[in-house]
Amino acid sequence: MGKIVAVTGNEACAEALKQINPDVCAAYPITPATDLMQRFAGFVSDGKIDTEMVLVESEHSAMSACIGAAAAGGRVATATSSQGLALMWEMLYIAAGTRLPIIMPLVNRALSAPLNIHGDHSDGMGARDTGWIQIYSENAQEAYDNTIQAFRIAEHLDIRLPAMVCLDGFIVSHSIERVEYIDDADVKNFVGKFKAVNPLLDLDNPKSYGPLILTDMYHEYKRAQHEVMTKVPGIALEVAAEFEKMTGRKYGLFETYRLEDAEIAIVVMSSAAGTTKDIIDQYRDKGVKAGLLKPRMFRPFPYVEIADALKHLKAIAVLDRADSFGGYGPLFSEITGSVMSMDTKPPMINKIFGLGGRDYLPNQAEQVLDELVKIAETGKVETIKEYLGVRE
Amino acid sequence: MTTKPLKLRELAKGEDRFAYGHRMCAGCGAPIVVKQVLMATDYPIIASNATGCLEVSSCIQEYTAWKIPWIHSAFENAAATISGVEAMYRSLVKQGKIDDKQVKFIAFGGDGGTYDIGFQSLSGAMERGHDMMYICYDNGAYMNTGIQRSSATPFGANTTTCPAGDVIPGKLQQRKDLTRIMAAHDIPYVAQASPGNWMDLMKKVQKAFEIKGPKFMNIIAPCNRGWRSRTDDAITLAKLAVNTCYWPLYEIENGVTKITVKPKEKKPLTEFLKPQGRFKHMFAPKNKWMLEQAQGYVDAQWERLQKEAAAGEAEKTPEE
Amino acid sequence: MSKKYWETLPQGSVVLEAGNSAKFKTGSWRSMRPKWIEENCIQCMFCWMYCPDMSVKVNAEGKREDFNFDYCKGCGICALECPGKKGNKAIVMEEEGK
Repeated sequence: MGKIVAVTGNEACAEALKQINPDVCAAYPITPATDLMQRFAGFVSDGKIDTEMVLVESEHSAMSACIGAAAAGGRVATATSSQGLALMWEMLYIAAGTRLPIIMPLVNRALSAPLNIHGDHSDGMGARDTGWIQIYSENAQEAYDNTIQAFRIAEHLDIRLPAMVCLDGFIVSHSIERVEYIDDADVKNFVGKFKAVNPLLDLDNPKSYGPLILTDMYHEYKRAQHEVMTKVPGIALEVAAEFEKMTGRKYGLFETYRLEDAEIAIVVMSSAAGTTKDIIDQYRDKGVKAGLLKPRMFRPFPYVEIADALKHLKAIAVLDRADSFGGYGPLFSEITGSVMSMDTKPPMINKIFGLGGRDYLPNQAEQVLDELVKIAETGKVETIKEYLGVRE
Repeated sequence: MTTKPLKLRELAKGEDRFAYGHRMCAGCGAPIVVKQVLMATDYPIIASNATGCLEVSSCIQEYTAWKIPWIHSAFENAAATISGVEAMYRSLVKQGKIDDKQVKFIAFGGDGGTYDIGFQSLSGAMERGHDMMYICYDNGAYMNTGIQRSSATPFGANTTTCPAGDVIPGKLQQRKDLTRIMAAHDIPYVAQASPGNWMDLMKKVQKAFEIKGPKFMNIIAPCNRGWRSRTDDAITLAKLAVNTCYWPLYEIENGVTKITVKPKEKKPLTEFLKPQGRFKHMFAPKNKWMLEQAQGYVDAQWERLQKEAAAGEAEKTPEE
Repeated sequence: MSKKYWETLPQGSVVLEAGNSAKFKTGSWRSMRPKWIEENCIQCMFCWMYCPDMSVKVNAEGKREDFNFDYCKGCGICALECPGKKGNKAIVMEEEGK
């Protein structure tokens, strides 16, 4: 049996990586992910795992070394945040396009300028189109569980794509929570042995990675890459089902909370979902039929499944912890994409909240729910996109 | 493994590890460098390659000229990429998951991918001490994108981003001396070579592969498109670069400098410059100062190298 | 069901057949053609060593034979570097198609 511990999100992710024992880990420190990787480096230094650490001189080199290591034919992990992810940007596409199952906890943090080290989703949302699988976690337990499941999903022979496991910077990465650890042997057994596909280290069958592909084939390669992504939800659900058998903890492509009979709902990802659930309980006590939908998998995005879960609502608020200047929030855009497939489209609003680690407070959730109640009554939306908790 | 003898006829019986059908320009120096490097040894080799002429012309669509495992990922990261491959090899050997077959790791990069955009990645990989060799094929400009200036472009050269114009006569800065910068990393082996001196080049590759840890070789690779020279003169120019002391052949092994090939007579730099259209404007009477400055720089560099080599020699034979 | 073209592409665009560039013949690039004059050849093998296109054929004894015109791009390095015999070149360049 596993054990119950009080740890931070970073500690939990480091523990998951330790239990998985990747062959190579190339990493570069960046707040707030530094703590995750330095804990992991400690395991390596103490000989608790076999991983070769490649302590590179930048995140660009971190991802480059991960790409080399993954192509060589072994299990690879790294972690980063914010500017680090931004510096990796070029290599993220290459990791995905080359179909290399690299696992990366992404401790979500705001992007400069101005410089800010605290949590928001700007970094992850910026990597939306890189071809990486993106899984978002509400708390340390989910970050731990998602890290373990991510290996299974990414390394699945039908998938072979890199995956980032997102957790909110500081709010989750540095807060101590109750976490249930799985036994080392169970994790090892669950994740299984790494199966190399076209390993560069196969000297008898030399391969060339990274050709120049011009106009006559590039389009088709990208079409094929999309197709692989469409297979991810099915595999993720299979993996989640197995994971539930092992731990009793249930995961889907998204989580719903008191949504089935709800009339209004908030869609929000990661740690803010916890606060929102509490307020929903309070509103339910007052007789307001409120619910929540928390996307777990942001890439690929489960448009149809989410549409099905939201279709009975009278009003929806999508809360984005990232912004698209001059556009709607990225999550809002996806939810409007989901709504496309509905016969009757519920009125929707978009709230930008918590940028640069600004606290998401209960009264913000209340404000949103109050507005949703009004919209549900009148069917009218005054302003689609607004900022929560911004100093006026 | 014993070092294989470098006899031309014996070498010629061997199989090339870089195949024909690559699409480098006619008369390009880079494939000559690659074939000589790969031919120097029978060790298994895995290579990475920075984006550039060599990369786009050697592995395009479903065709590859490489008969060894090879990886290209981006422009500025050939060193980091191969360091990941090498780390995985080390990890799997250490864990007993694969056998140690004495695999050697090489990163190939042009001067743009090495001196400039890939410099940080190179410096980092060398400092980390990976068992790898970085080989820069230096043609002195961004040739793949159309002959733009790099920090390896020699003084005076006419490139598409520092064209010899009415006011600015080509590149006004001296080239970065990357070989010395790599030596300053205190890695066990650094060398400069030329495909015109194939024996010297291959001996250096052989020596490097017997040394554990990071190695760096800077190899001149004439580019007739960028140098505005003839398609048949790559080797002639590679030899002139050596014989004018523009590109001295030397090595720095564990900090000790040795000149490996000394020109019988040091030829004037103009013999190297004259056949190249990129230096044509320097021969105009008003630009005489450029020729003088270019020669002065080569002289000073050669003087310093000789002093360093003499110091290295003295170190080897301590006084009684 | 037959596969769509894009479903047949190798995963991650990896090229699985080493050295298959041999299927791509570059001989048609040539505007000048090297001519090997065997009686002037001292078998120094410089042409072989310096050929950027691996287009000097070598037999089992390690001696050079004629050019491999499937790949020779006609750069002329071989002719320029050829020491020949007593001042007579063993390789000369001629205009292609003449």
